[in-house]
Amino acid sequence: MTQALTQPTPAHEDLAIEVKGMHKWYDEFHVLKDINLTVKRKERIIICGPSGCGKSTLIRCLNRLEVHQRGEIRIDGIELNDDLKHIEKIRRDIGMVFQQFNLFPHLTVMENCCLAPIWVLKEPRREAEETAMRYLERVKIPDQADKYPGQLSGGQQQRVAIARSLCMNPNIMLFDEPTSALDPEMIKEVLDVMVDLANEGMTMLCVTHEMGFAKTVADRVIFMDSGEIIEENNPESFFSNPQSDRTKLFLSQIL
Amino acid sequence: MLVHTPHPNLPPPSTSVGVIGWARKNLFSTPFNSALTLCALYIVVRFLPPVINWAFLDANWAGSTRDACTDGGACWVFVKVRLTQFMFGFYPADQYWRVILAFGLLGVLIAWLLLEKTPKKSWVAAFTILIYPIIAFILFYGGLGLPVVETNRWGGLMLTLILATIGMFFALPFGIILAMGRRSTMPIPRALSVVFIELWRGVPLITVLFMSSVMLPLFMPEDLRIDKLVRALIGISLFQSAYMAEVIRGGLQALPKGQSEAADALGLSYWQAMFLIILPQALKTVIPGIVNTFIELFKDTTLVLIIGLMDLLSIVQSAFSDPKWLGFSVEGYVFAGLVYWIFCFSMSRYSQHLEKKLHTGHKR
Ligand SMILES: Nc1ncnc2c1ncn2[C@@H]1O[C@H](COP(=O)(O)OP(=O)(O)OP(=O)(O)O)[C@@H](O)[C@H]1O
Ligand SMILES: [Mg+2]
Repeated sequence: MTQALTQPTPAHEDLAIEVKGMHKWYDEFHVLKDINLTVKRKERIIICGPSGCGKSTLIRCLNRLEVHQRGEIRIDGIELNDDLKHIEKIRRDIGMVFQQFNLFPHLTVMENCCLAPIWVLKEPRREAEETAMRYLERVKIPDQADKYPGQLSGGQQQRVAIARSLCMNPNIMLFDEPTSALDPEMIKEVLDVMVDLANEGMTMLCVTHEMGFAKTVADRVIFMDSGEIIEENNPESFFSNPQSDRTKLFLSQIL
Repeated sequence: MLVHTPHPNLPPPSTSVGVIGWARKNLFSTPFNSALTLCALYIVVRFLPPVINWAFLDANWAGSTRDACTDGGACWVFVKVRLTQFMFGFYPADQYWRVILAFGLLGVLIAWLLLEKTPKKSWVAAFTILIYPIIAFILFYGGLGLPVVETNRWGGLMLTLILATIGMFFALPFGIILAMGRRSTMPIPRALSVVFIELWRGVPLITVLFMSSVMLPLFMPEDLRIDKLVRALIGISLFQSAYMAEVIRGGLQALPKGQSEAADALGLSYWQAMFLIILPQALKTVIPGIVNTFIELFKDTTLVLIIGLMDLLSIVQSAFSDPKWLGFSVEGYVFAGLVYWIFCFSMSRYSQHLEKKLHTGHKR
């Protein structure tokens, strides 16, 4: 791609995500309040907090699945606003994995993976298929390439969803509770893939309640409650020495 | 100590249990079921033989005048003698080949598109949509050296098929556009779609046809004369596209929001998401509704009778008043009904086949 869009300024160079004073409302309901967050390249961030506190809304704002009303979001130095060119560029840069997988049921696993590279990145089909096969091998299901999503187990589907996002070669990956819809024995196979990804240096933002996973991979844990970031710390301090009462209460319930 | 030995993979149990086993399981499983079976059997035995006698065994097939109909059953001679008129209306007999060629070509194209494993489908589709209509127009109407046949001489099954095909050809895409408009977040397309759909759905087709043929000319300038057939076609297409739009909107609404979110997150544009992700799934879920609308459209073409177009049903009816053939209306109606049924039933079967073919794994 030509770099016709705003060149990142040097100060922003090593910042993948920059959120400043961001607010969001659903009608009257103030769901995100004054969010400030910077994520460096290759940083791995875990977001946790009680149900309904706005975790999903926050990460969905980062690729414009939800629109924020105040404040500023910059991804790789590009400001996220109404400009469709910016949104397009940012969405190519960010991969997202959903709780409900959201695979396209009318397409095979291979077609799911190749669709966006072919139509958005205009890759030739052959090349897109080779890339897809590489990522399917990485998530350990190359043999399922010609099946339809409906014929796979939940864990396999979620791994396909991860491979599908990776095929766009994103710089940043967002995960919204990727294991919450899975049976316990399938959680591990998905987490293993995510740990691999983290070890390879992918910038990751992950909403999850898997605290074991948080302890192994996270550089930072962010705790949210009622639309605010309450606490932000490295995993050791976060789990052993939480600062606020709300964090303590949350941890006592979840651990 | 219990030692596990791996169990070999066995073939699945065979399901053939023979006729008696099948009947016991399906027809006589409970006393109530048995009673229903016997009831149905009685009705079949009581009514089927007379019908078969009338239609086949006692029927008259040979001959060319009503005097040939001496046996008690149906007089198919009537249909036989009138058959070309039922098929082609008042189209000149020496030009029938044009109609046959046009429909034959359409049949080949459709078969090409519907059958599996035929090569170059997208080229054939483009040809069918862009070039075939021109060829068909020239064949039916005339031009390029072919003598002109005015539309008032078109009639019978040919006219019915023309009305139905063109109606479907426009109703589906137009319905898709209207449904997308109605679901749009932009206020103007949405308002236009809602008004259009609700306006056409609120009016009976008869009224639409009547207005298009009787009232429209009153308001139109003298020299602008739109063909009656064209006006009927516009009426039918717009009317059915309003229904089609609602059917398709149902499909769009049934699709989980996650699908369009996933498409957005991958960077697909609105139109890419629409044509690659949303519409294929939405249309698939509403195949029964789409085919239902097609079948309705096919049968609604009979209403053009009230504006004086001679479709299959009206040409059959007009034959009843031929003094040489008074009193054979039952045969005429049975024949017309059978023709309509064959077409509608084929559409229904194809839709079932399509649903099976497009089924990809279990819905969760
Ligand atoms: N489309 C919407 N319209 C109005 N309110 C919404 C909408 N989506 C979410 N909310 C509300 O916003 C709040 C935050 O929702 P969000 O989905 O971000 O929570 P969450 O932290 O992800 O919770 P969970 O852990 O249950 O997924 C919730 O109280 C929810 O009811
Ligand atoms: Mg959530």
